[in-house]
Amino acid sequence: MSTPRTLFDKVWDAHVVRPGVGDVPSVVYVDLHLVHEVTSPQAFTVLRERGLKVRRPDRTIATMDHSTPTLSTGGRLTVLDPAASRQLDALSANCAEHGIPLYGLGDDRRGIVHVIGPELGRTQPGMTIVCGDSHTSTHGAFGALAFGIGTSEVGHVLATQCLLQSRPKTMEVRVNGALRPGVSAKDLILAIIAQIGVGGGTGHVIEYRGDAIRALDMEGRMTVCNMSIEAGARAGMIAPDMTTYAWLAGRDEAPSGEGWRDAMARWHELATDDGATFDRSVVLDASEISPMITWGTNPGMAIPVDGHIPVSSEIPDAANERAYAYMGLTPGQCLIGQPVDVVFVGSCTNGRLDDLRAAAGVMKGRHVAANTRMLVVPGSQRVKRDAEREGLADIFRAAGAEWRESGCSMCIAMNGDTVASGQYAVSTSNRNFEGRQGKGARTLLASPLTAAASAVAGMVADPRSLL
Amino acid sequence: MNQPWRPLSSHAVLVAHDDIDTDQIIPARFLTTTTRSGLGTHLFADWRYDASGAPRREFTLNWPTSTGARILVGGRNFGCGSSREHAPWALADWGFRAVIASSFADIFRSNAHKNGVLTIALDETVLHATQSALRTDPSATITVDLPGQHVFLPDGAGVAFAIDGFSKRCLIDGLDELGVIVAEIPAIHEWEVACGR
Repeated sequence: MSTPRTLFDKVWDAHVVRPGVGDVPSVVYVDLHLVHEVTSPQAFTVLRERGLKVRRPDRTIATMDHSTPTLSTGGRLTVLDPAASRQLDALSANCAEHGIPLYGLGDDRRGIVHVIGPELGRTQPGMTIVCGDSHTSTHGAFGALAFGIGTSEVGHVLATQCLLQSRPKTMEVRVNGALRPGVSAKDLILAIIAQIGVGGGTGHVIEYRGDAIRALDMEGRMTVCNMSIEAGARAGMIAPDMTTYAWLAGRDEAPSGEGWRDAMARWHELATDDGATFDRSVVLDASEISPMITWGTNPGMAIPVDGHIPVSSEIPDAANERAYAYMGLTPGQCLIGQPVDVVFVGSCTNGRLDDLRAAAGVMKGRHVAANTRMLVVPGSQRVKRDAEREGLADIFRAAGAEWRESGCSMCIAMNGDTVASGQYAVSTSNRNFEGRQGKGARTLLASPLTAAASAVAGMVADPRSLL
Repeated sequence: MNQPWRPLSSHAVLVAHDDIDTDQIIPARFLTTTTRSGLGTHLFADWRYDASGAPRREFTLNWPTSTGARILVGGRNFGCGSSREHAPWALADWGFRAVIASSFADIFRSNAHKNGVLTIALDETVLHATQSALRTDPSATITVDLPGQHVFLPDGAGVAFAIDGFSKRCLIDGLDELGVIVAEIPAIHEWEVACGR
């Protein structure tokens, strides 16, 4: 009998072109390479300098998301920043030169790279997927091994469809039990990061397992895997099951007919074998998790929304002290009632249809508070269309929220959608680093439910009070 | 192709925070560039300059003693966050050739080594002692012996550090990984045929 293997082991083993030799790491094959405007231009330049071609444009797709505007004028997206405009032009030219399919401005399939990959059915179980973006871990929700790479490695993949990689370690995060009402996948992953720390997953690929993970829909699983990088993990994965297959069936690029049955049989074999071991294991009880919110300047600084900001012990914690000062918050303070200037619903973490449904469910028949600005940015143009068809956009507009075109927007604040210095933003995005949403901006990360409840209250609010 | 490794002995700049993320190393608003040069000006921009764009005197990178430094000393989990290679590009462009911390984020370490910037992870106690020594004497010298995998700290003590053999060889020889992986294309092609890609 063969040695029991984890989901990660199976996907890794199936993609090793050449095992490590001497000090040279393994050559690992990449099934799908996602490209966007910000981290690719220098890679294409290197290819040009070396006279190299893109080896597999058919395994490469490109989109524009990071620096794209979310306000259209007369049905057109106009890029105001000349540097961003040049970067977008560079991507168009590079894709045209190398025959890479590009979902550019104006394309109705465009969107955040980690939203459109699954949406198109390009993201599939058992694949290896990379992108010059750390939130590539999102695609692990489908049982793919998906991770972010730097621009040098973007060049490696463009030129060879492979990467030189050392085998990471494995870590099991098992979440038993069931999440309580008002507690979502976002709260779960914030609780996990708070427990293991922002460097807790370094060097590891996490596999999320247990009843609470199995009970999540695909949007929830993507939210969880998306933030694996915020725990420092190389990737996050969830074994595919009926939920995965049901979500993928019928997608544009998903297998069909005979191919679909073969694929499902193959995918079914990916689950971690009984008796397989992980290098590390962490267990959580889902029923103990509350709606979470961050109070500090990294995603590990999270507390239950009705909890209190930690107080430094006798020896002041330097990181906490810096965070109190930057955030303008007090140790021991409860965030409920903290006035909020901006609410942002969107990003590759929480910009999918289900996230917008959750937020709209809270907003329906209610209004954004007078002191607060609410920005709702769908993760893709398809999410936008679907949300408009379902009437979600009308709910947001009627509530006084701004309804925008898709993109990364205020998560990374490269496109003009920014939070002003000193302002507080409750954001469904993934990073509360200093200046992430604009220089001096103060970010409180939370779920779409908590964000919507806070928009209505004009201050941090517990979504359970509105359910 | 990076420059082959040259002996490294330099004073250091201390930025002693834990979890220094890549948004601090190079804020996202500087990522609209299409080249990799010139980013040193924006290194640690929001910690380095005030609202008017003037250098903040309290930030160590702006201290006169920092001029010409080739080594940055940070805290735990250096380089966490985004995959932007602009972070090591900015560090290298400013002049840094090594970062010392007690741990590094995976993607940052990989990116740094591809740009001639060595990451040295020291035991937390040793790192804290080094931080203290630099607080006392910002001009203290640190020497890095990459071939021997030792770093000589301000007190003169030699401390061993670990690095994977391939990164070490690439750094020492100025070897470019792209060349190494491009040489694998025939094997990759064979694998694609055999595995139905």
